[in-house]
Amino acid sequence: MREFARLYADLDETTSTTRKLDALQAYFASAAPENAAWAVYFLAGGKPRQAVPTKLLRQFAIEYAGLDEWLFDESYHAVGDFAETIAHILPPPTERSDTGLAVWMEERIGPLRGADPGRIREALFAYWNELDWRERFLLVKLIGGGFRVGVSKLLVTRALAAIAAVDSKLIAQRLMGWTDGRVKPTAGGFLQLIAEQSPEEHKLRGGQPYPFFLSHQLSADPVGDPAALGEVDDWLVEWKYDGIRAQLVRRDGQNFVWSRGEDLITERFPELASVSIPDGTVLDGEVLIWQPDSVMPAPFADLQKRIGRKTLSAKLLAELPAVLCCYDLLELDGVDLRHLPQHERRALLEVEVAKFDSPRLRLSPLVVADSWEALAQLREGSRARGVEGMMLKARSAQYGVGRTKDVGIWWKWKIDPYAVDAVLLYAQPGSGRRASLYTDYTFAVWDGEGQERRLVPFAKAYSGLTDAEIAQVDNAIRRTTIEKFGPVRSVKPTMVFEIGFEGIALSPRHKAGIAVRFPRILRRRQDKPVEEADTLDMLKDLLGAGAT
Amino acid sequence: MGDMVVVRKEGLYCVPGDFYIDPWRPVDRAVITHAHGDHARVGHGHYLAAAPGVGVLRSRLGDISVDGLAYGETVVHNGVTISLHPAGHVLGSAQVRMECGGEVWVASGDYKVEPDRTCAPFEPVRCDTFITESTFGLPIYRWSPEQQLMNEINAWWRKNADEGRCSVVFAYSFGKAQRILSGLDTGIGQIVCHGSVEPLNRAYRAEGVYIPPTVLVSDIDKAALRRAIVVAPPSASGSPWMKRFGDYSDAFASGWMLLRGARRRRGVDRGFVLSDHADWPGLMSAIKATQAERVIVTHGSIPILVRWLCQNGLDASGFDTEYGDGEEDESAPPAGAAAEREAPLAEKEQAPVPEKGQAPVPGDADA
Repeated sequence: MREFARLYADLDETTSTTRKLDALQAYFASAAPENAAWAVYFLAGGKPRQAVPTKLLRQFAIEYAGLDEWLFDESYHAVGDFAETIAHILPPPTERSDTGLAVWMEERIGPLRGADPGRIREALFAYWNELDWRERFLLVKLIGGGFRVGVSKLLVTRALAAIAAVDSKLIAQRLMGWTDGRVKPTAGGFLQLIAEQSPEEHKLRGGQPYPFFLSHQLSADPVGDPAALGEVDDWLVEWKYDGIRAQLVRRDGQNFVWSRGEDLITERFPELASVSIPDGTVLDGEVLIWQPDSVMPAPFADLQKRIGRKTLSAKLLAELPAVLCCYDLLELDGVDLRHLPQHERRALLEVEVAKFDSPRLRLSPLVVADSWEALAQLREGSRARGVEGMMLKARSAQYGVGRTKDVGIWWKWKIDPYAVDAVLLYAQPGSGRRASLYTDYTFAVWDGEGQERRLVPFAKAYSGLTDAEIAQVDNAIRRTTIEKFGPVRSVKPTMVFEIGFEGIALSPRHKAGIAVRFPRILRRRQDKPVEEADTLDMLKDLLGAGAT
Repeated sequence: MGDMVVVRKEGLYCVPGDFYIDPWRPVDRAVITHAHGDHARVGHGHYLAAAPGVGVLRSRLGDISVDGLAYGETVVHNGVTISLHPAGHVLGSAQVRMECGGEVWVASGDYKVEPDRTCAPFEPVRCDTFITESTFGLPIYRWSPEQQLMNEINAWWRKNADEGRCSVVFAYSFGKAQRILSGLDTGIGQIVCHGSVEPLNRAYRAEGVYIPPTVLVSDIDKAALRRAIVVAPPSASGSPWMKRFGDYSDAFASGWMLLRGARRRRGVDRGFVLSDHADWPGLMSAIKATQAERVIVTHGSIPILVRWLCQNGLDASGFDTEYGDGEEDESAPPAGAAAEREAPLAEKEQAPVPEKGQAPVPGDADA
């Protein structure tokens, strides 16, 4: 735990990529394989289920520290992180231990899951008393299932590649599925991860997907001018769908559906689990709800209804049928095709999807135009087609790993978000870097006329402001507070912001009767008085604009 | 008899003594607990301060009428017996003991209970009513021993020096800077001080406090700079002054650096948790040691500390003061480095290279 805590501190204390890489390499070079295996699991984004309920962690920490609940809550508001709060309020340890991460995970934390509170209390008190604050912080994170660290998976991959002296793409490939929680990290697994390349590489793959190739945002400024990308003929253009990015893997007579977050979601989509394709096929595409007779996909809100449901009734499956809109072919007859240029993979994809002949597997059509101007014009119709804009894929692009540009490039060319001017009504402090600063806001628009006119909250948003702007807004919030409800403050309506969002749908659960998707602050409108903020009616008008 | 000390619009006021403690508006007679800008302001008719702090006070406020009182020595003013006792905060910092009609009040000013090589250690003073600060009045704040912090700072400096990189530590010019300087390992490299730190070093040395040899950045050659440590005020961060240090590693020394959020907001490589204020256990032990039954809480976490003390059987209440809005002490959590860069800072506007002894002082512009 001590060396992992040291690594965490090293990663946490620097923003320099080089220094992070150094720290990772130093750790992997010296850590015992069974500990390194767990470290990889966490660094690559693995999230174990919570071993002890937050309520108990909090209760026992308060008891151990000899404090009161309210004092714990005040401390939490100042810190902005639950585990860090606990780490700091506990009195210093009277003993020291240095037990490896694997033992912690398997013998000490694992057995706490479902244990009775008395046993948990006894264990926590003993553990806390042998760790310093950094280690306690990590312990609570590991127990609570909320471990995050400021290092990208790409960087972890690079560090492992350096240790193993193999190509980092191979490491990325081997890392697929490490974090899905089905396979326990082991010393053997770690040694395999950093082993030399073997001819058996392919067989070891099982149902694992390939690392997803991710696109880059085509700068919105100058708006709609991708002319800098050269000849339009050098690009394959498709619509950008708003669904779940997924790979459908068929190996060993079985289908696997993987989301971009490397979660296995096969069970969520039985229609894709049962679709018949030849062994050794991997398709990349977008899971969408698409009614058989419709020319366009259903809105994301419908897909959400499917994801949110624990059991999928026959009725739901019939009402909200899922499809995979296929846009890439990564493996055919067990052969990895990722090194082929985009247009060759595309040609093969078209042939194969036609052969599959399944209503569950749709081909993502190419959008053809003879100039960027013509494309831009087509893109204007995105909303009416139920898509988010366009994807531009270089004809020559290989299928890369992650958000890279070294072997080819994909651009997403999204349409501008919807925007309304709304009034800041409530604020609460952020967490982490934004702890004790008011950074999470609730925005409202006007509803009603004359005397009845009032502000109705419709969206919560944070981010989108610079540190300097946050400082100004934070200051204004403190000056214009009307009431405090726990950490939340209601403020006098004085500040107007332009709020952007991607979609809008009716929602009986929200006060305003509508819910917006991906709301974020575009900018502060200091030029606009509160009275001139937008209205709920204007928002509702957007419902009809093909946005639902 | 009514309360011996009350809050007036000018500051904390001793009623029978007819004088103020650290007033924020000009008054006739002021007792000053220490020379930080939010406690010691210009414009008062007469100042009383602990003798070791008079030099610093003069160097910051210029030509003022000031009496120095040795720690523990008493003086009677309008029937109130006044004495000053070490607060352990910075050089010359004092708690003000006031005795009148058999009742004793103590105003703490800013204090810490841990030892500090650069000033006299905190002395608990028995009293009936204790006026305490509460800057770090939450149980999350617990400091590590000073030596451990100094070891960390020296290790960080040595590592940077070995990699040929200059180390820049941001610390408040008065107090924190000298505390760090006194613990630096001079075997590693040379020590460079920012122009606003150097005059305070002189004041400390004049009082016989050990401060290792320091130089101004103009007096060191480029090669030596790569092994050097630079001590500068936080406001130097992001200023053009920093450009000369090339690829440096930076750190911020403050109690606020305990929290990861605050450190990340600050945007420095390292945060050293070194404070000149009492941590939570320090506040608790100091309050207990006074044996006071009544406690009045000033600047910091007033409602929290008041509630906790009441819950623990003390008669506690709060005073609203104007301490802690200065830029030169830890009294307020640091703003984000980015925000600071964009906001015009008092220090930057008035920060030409200081002339002998009369340094323009960060954060004093509004005094």
